[in-house]
Amino acid sequence: MSAMKAIKFSRSPLLSERLPPWRQRFVLVLLLGSFAVLIGRAVYLQGFKNEFLGDKGRARFERVIDISATRGRITDRHGDVLAVSTPVRSIWAIPEDAQLAPAQARNLASLLDMDVREVNRKLASEGEFTYVKRQLPPDVADKVTALKLPGIHQKNEYRRYYPAGEVTAHVLGFTGAEDNGQEGIELAFNGQLAGKPGSRRVIKDRRGNVVEDVESIRPPQEGKDIVLAVDSKVQYLAYSHLKQALEEHRAKAGGIIVIDSRTGEVLALANLPTYNPNNRTKLAGAQLRNRALTDTFEPGSTLKPFTAALALEQGKVRFDTPIQTAPGKMTIGSATISDAHAHGTLTVAQVIQKSSNIGSAKLALSMKPEEMWAMFDSLGFGAPLKLGFPGEVGGRLRPAKTWRPIEQATMAYGHGISVTLIQLARAYQAFARDGDLLPLSLSRVDVPPASGKPVFSPQTAREVRAMLEMAVQPGGTAPKAQIPGYRVAGKTGTAHKLESGVYANKYVASFVGFAPVSDPRLIVAVMIDEPSNGKHFGGDVAAPVFAQVMSGSLRALGVASDAPLKPLVVANAAPVREEM
Amino acid sequence: MNLARINLLLLLVAVVCALSVVSSNHRARKLFTELEATQKHMRDLEVEWGQLQLEQSTVAAHVRVEKLARDRLGMKVPAPGQIVAIEPAK
Repeated sequence: MSAMKAIKFSRSPLLSERLPPWRQRFVLVLLLGSFAVLIGRAVYLQGFKNEFLGDKGRARFERVIDISATRGRITDRHGDVLAVSTPVRSIWAIPEDAQLAPAQARNLASLLDMDVREVNRKLASEGEFTYVKRQLPPDVADKVTALKLPGIHQKNEYRRYYPAGEVTAHVLGFTGAEDNGQEGIELAFNGQLAGKPGSRRVIKDRRGNVVEDVESIRPPQEGKDIVLAVDSKVQYLAYSHLKQALEEHRAKAGGIIVIDSRTGEVLALANLPTYNPNNRTKLAGAQLRNRALTDTFEPGSTLKPFTAALALEQGKVRFDTPIQTAPGKMTIGSATISDAHAHGTLTVAQVIQKSSNIGSAKLALSMKPEEMWAMFDSLGFGAPLKLGFPGEVGGRLRPAKTWRPIEQATMAYGHGISVTLIQLARAYQAFARDGDLLPLSLSRVDVPPASGKPVFSPQTAREVRAMLEMAVQPGGTAPKAQIPGYRVAGKTGTAHKLESGVYANKYVASFVGFAPVSDPRLIVAVMIDEPSNGKHFGGDVAAPVFAQVMSGSLRALGVASDAPLKPLVVANAAPVREEM
Repeated sequence: MNLARINLLLLLVAVVCALSVVSSNHRARKLFTELEATQKHMRDLEVEWGQLQLEQSTVAAHVRVEKLARDRLGMKVPAPGQIVAIEPAK
């Protein structure tokens, strides 16, 4: 190499060599071409695939998370909670992943309050998903999390609790899976109670913490709270006294309704048999039935006051017009109706007080069927009240042109027509108020309507009120309905039950009344199905329930008394037997 | 010469701006985390409130109160003759 002396670059002979000019252009084109490819690619990525790539990028750090919404609470009129949803957690497992050591399985079982064998059996089951235990309280679920078991996961759920249990079961109904209303208020107001879960987009860091809110996709809608008209104190009184009466008279079923006659609010509604909505494992159809709304019965004598009211309204009779009811039997066409006790001549007021079938039938036969039908119709019989309750029925009220005279006569005292207890209670508003009817409301009414749909004139309503007050006084059919301290008015009913078209030797005892008579505030309707412990008259079976519930409720609501406190019942005076 | 000084100044301004963006972003995130925690706390409190209401309703259930009043305290409903109505003062 030493022979070859180093040559400086500037003297390099190569420089003087002429290169072909295409080589220079070739390199230039090559470079420009490469640039063009790069620019093209950039334009393609930035311009055409921007969105796709942007999404891909965001997917690396953005997450959509769900925001749960809770179902609204149901409270009574004073804000006492009757139904509330609270979060619980369910433990589920992927059996394949959940390979637990015996000690781990034991720990888990003891936390879940389960048998180890049961836990192992569940974890050994086929399939990719199995619930180990559902609806656990959150604090227990946190302890399960702390065990850090493989393949064991948790899911947030809500569970609905009903603190009043069976007392409010039929009013509230219950929710099924997914917290959706299945019965009662839960179903009727499901649209308002149910919340709509929302979601939002966030940026999460490596550790899973949310570091930035990107956007709210759908804001969650919390379920609205529902304030019912129900007064839990009145509800409890109604429920417990009905229950006592059912046990005492060994009755099959029963229902009770309390209505505030000034607002049309339903303060209490109870049915028996009932169920515990918090534990619905052994539910039978009979327990679920909200009888007061879904079962019709022939109301019997409780309809008589309406017949009398219509006769008064038409000016056919007056309060004291005499009606001959002797000899206690009356033949219409081929059928004979009778009073159980012949009464002789009674005034219209006494027909109601002593509950005479003949007297009522005679009043009815003086009217046109269309007029009676129109009255029953405007009282709300024959059509559901449309409270929104599931399964509400309207009862049976046949069109007037199909009525035969005998049917018109029996309808005057409540046979051949069927009603629900709530319809009956509402119709009595016409007497408790001055002849008008307000729509019933299950939710609290803050501004009651001043007047409702007029059915009778105020004068008629006042006169019937006086007759109904006579019915609970000595000489009437229901002295047991009296309450110390308040003036009470009401009417008993005792009806044979229809079984496959024939009147059986079973009864429905009922009582509908209101108090205080000087300024009626509450209407209570009681119905007891098949009392079978010797007594079956409305005055003996249903009236005492009415008295207990009414006196307790009036006191609970602080209604001023309008009568002296000394008891009015003459101790051993036998009440007049009512008719059936 | 003068131009170089202005460039230096602008560079300094740019660096300060960049750092303040970083720090304000950091603060925003910290505040956001705090907000999240507070919101979670709020939800937890709401849940707790619901549970307490439930507990209150259960404890104050009329069935239970009546049973306790009768059995443990020996109370009873007064007979009609034992009630004295007091008229509000006029």
